[in-house]
Amino acid sequence: MLRFEGLEVTVGAHRVTADFACKAPGLCAVIGPSGAGKSTLLLATAGFLAPEAGRILIDGADVTGHAPGDRPLSVLFQEGNLFPHLDAFRNVALGLSTAGRVSAEERSKVADVLRRVGLAGKEHRAPAALSGGEQSRVALARVLVQDRPVVLLDEPFAALGPALRSEMLELVSATLAAAGKLVLLVTHDPDDALRFADQTVFIDGGRAAGPTATRALFANPPPALAAYLRN
Amino acid sequence: MARRAQPIAAWGAAAFVAALTLLPLAVVAWRAGGAFALGAGDLAAIRFTLLQAVLSALVSVGLAIPLARALARRRFPGRRLLITLLGAPFIVPVIVAVLGLLAIYGRSGLLSLGAGALGFGWPGIYGITGVVLAHVFFNLPLATRLILHGWLEIPAERFRLAASLGLDPRDIFRELEWPMLRAVVPGAAMLIFLICTTSFAVALTLGGGPRATTVELAIYQAFLFEFDLGRAAVLATIQFAITGAAAALALALARQAVLGAGLDRPVTRWDAARPALRVQDSTVIVLGALFLILPLGAIVLRGLPNLIGLPESVYLAAARSCFVAVLSAALTILAALALAHGARRARGFEAVGYLGIAASPLVIGTGLFLLLFPLADPARLALPVTIAVNAALSLPFALRALAPALAEVEARHGRLADALALTGWARWRWMILPRLRRPIGFAAGIAAAFSLGDLGVIALFADAENATLPLQIYRLMAAYRMEDAAGAALLLLALALAAFWLCDRGGRADAAV
Repeated sequence: MLRFEGLEVTVGAHRVTADFACKAPGLCAVIGPSGAGKSTLLLATAGFLAPEAGRILIDGADVTGHAPGDRPLSVLFQEGNLFPHLDAFRNVALGLSTAGRVSAEERSKVADVLRRVGLAGKEHRAPAALSGGEQSRVALARVLVQDRPVVLLDEPFAALGPALRSEMLELVSATLAAAGKLVLLVTHDPDDALRFADQTVFIDGGRAAGPTATRALFANPPPALAAYLRN
Repeated sequence: MARRAQPIAAWGAAAFVAALTLLPLAVVAWRAGGAFALGAGDLAAIRFTLLQAVLSALVSVGLAIPLARALARRRFPGRRLLITLLGAPFIVPVIVAVLGLLAIYGRSGLLSLGAGALGFGWPGIYGITGVVLAHVFFNLPLATRLILHGWLEIPAERFRLAASLGLDPRDIFRELEWPMLRAVVPGAAMLIFLICTTSFAVALTLGGGPRATTVELAIYQAFLFEFDLGRAAVLATIQFAITGAAAALALALARQAVLGAGLDRPVTRWDAARPALRVQDSTVIVLGALFLILPLGAIVLRGLPNLIGLPESVYLAAARSCFVAVLSAALTILAALALAHGARRARGFEAVGYLGIAASPLVIGTGLFLLLFPLADPARLALPVTIAVNAALSLPFALRALAPALAEVEARHGRLADALALTGWARWRWMILPRLRRPIGFAAGIAAAFSLGDLGVIALFADAENATLPLQIYRLMAAYRMEDAAGAALLLLALALAAFWLCDRGGRADAAV
């Protein structure tokens, strides 16, 4: 479970407040107009922005002051999710261990996950030798081996085009959500929320309103969401 | 937020640089004492130092302007090669260039033979002519690169506009080129002035005597001939005052220095199509290329027959030089990485690394000698001291290449590394070092080549037992064993080029991403 308690984050002139909880498992979409603070909320959750006030709790533990790598979560950004100088195998293995040697157990784990995302036989390709969709799969594979209870996705598939994006989101549902994770998905496309998210958080004017069942929310949108959906 | 360890390595590197620049200065100033009288010889040395540096700067920049203009507006086969050649002075050891220049312009050089055949005498180039000539050989390429960079920064649209307005070359010069030159040339000239005030090896080999002794050479002579450490300290203080002032001025006038690429695209110049300008540019390019190539060619031609059968002392010196260069380059890279990393927390760390720019090898050498002389036999410390000083002197170049590169790596990939908890050694291993291979290779190549060719501090410290190759070549020259000197110079040139090539290649290998 991911809980925000009186959270306030400021970036420049923008301020985002959040006071709600999302329950695992499942996919929770974060939607709202651009500049509303979707990414700000995610960056604060991941530990890249320090909040002015409030706490962030994951499964009951306060992680507000923790370094990004020490939080029980994985995160994928819009870009830069892979080291370009490391091959697919190593990029995934870094999710398990930062030591040079990979144990036989870790090796088979990485190979297994790469197979599950459809990259068998491409372990030793550099990211530049993979297509955009395949690169996203490598990043997703790393999230899978990390095996953290919360996964933050900041539009990581935005550059892929509609068909590939749907395919990736299906894969996310089939792997992460099915494994009992809580996935927080920032998206600019309300359709993504409708198709994949059981719950949706709507951010407008710097205020993140707690998650609502997606279908109910879209069937009966509050005025701000209705205005956003009309555009 | 990400916790970062205290930058212990950066403090260590900063202490290392300070111990090699500020500490010797303090020792020199303390030893020089408050009051001292300058003799006539000292005043002459100050005058000559300033005069040769002014002349070298003016001639270098004066010749660089037409050469840079010709390179900016002409396309021709070999243009790339010529521009690469303009980077060679960073790598060619001074003593090698001096021998090459002597082979062309010296009393028994190529031009002397030609003059003799025509019945003229040839004065040779020892004295101010030689000192300025050698400085121009090294700094004309630097000035050309700086000014060429300025030329290529003028937007191509302006030249297009000028062409559509039918402006003639004179108008274009006044409207477009003169403002650029006014911005670039003073900084370039001041930088060259600074370099020439600290260039010891040229003065040692081509200067000398009451009329062509620089302050640095006077320091050396105070050591070697008189062993007058007090006088050496006084002269070192003067030298520091000169370089300090020159460095401050150069910094004030500096524009972005040019080490790397980006000089490859010539600008289409409709105004330059006139036949007279074509002839002018071609002449300038051919003369410029010959000026650089002939001395290096002479080294190869004179050295080749003497390469086999060099005295054993030369090979031993070469081995010592390689040892010094490898350790010095490694030390440079370690210090540069530590300071560049530390600079992400405190900018001051990067500034410390640039102290070496204003330091002159002989001032550092004097200070270290004064410091170490009471403790140990300086000759036994010659190689360690040379390794450390060379590292401090090449540190500014390395830092210049590595600090911005490191900042870019952190900007592009730092977030991913934070998310994966890559801290400490893991961050270096998986992110920083692989991403910095190219600049590390380049900087190591420059540092190794510089260290191989260095003839500075080693001259104060070494005896016959621990000479490096450049010092050994100087001794062969001083003993008029010019054949052996030519062979050894070719060996040194080959080593310096090989060192740079190996490091630079190493950084590029399979780094296509």
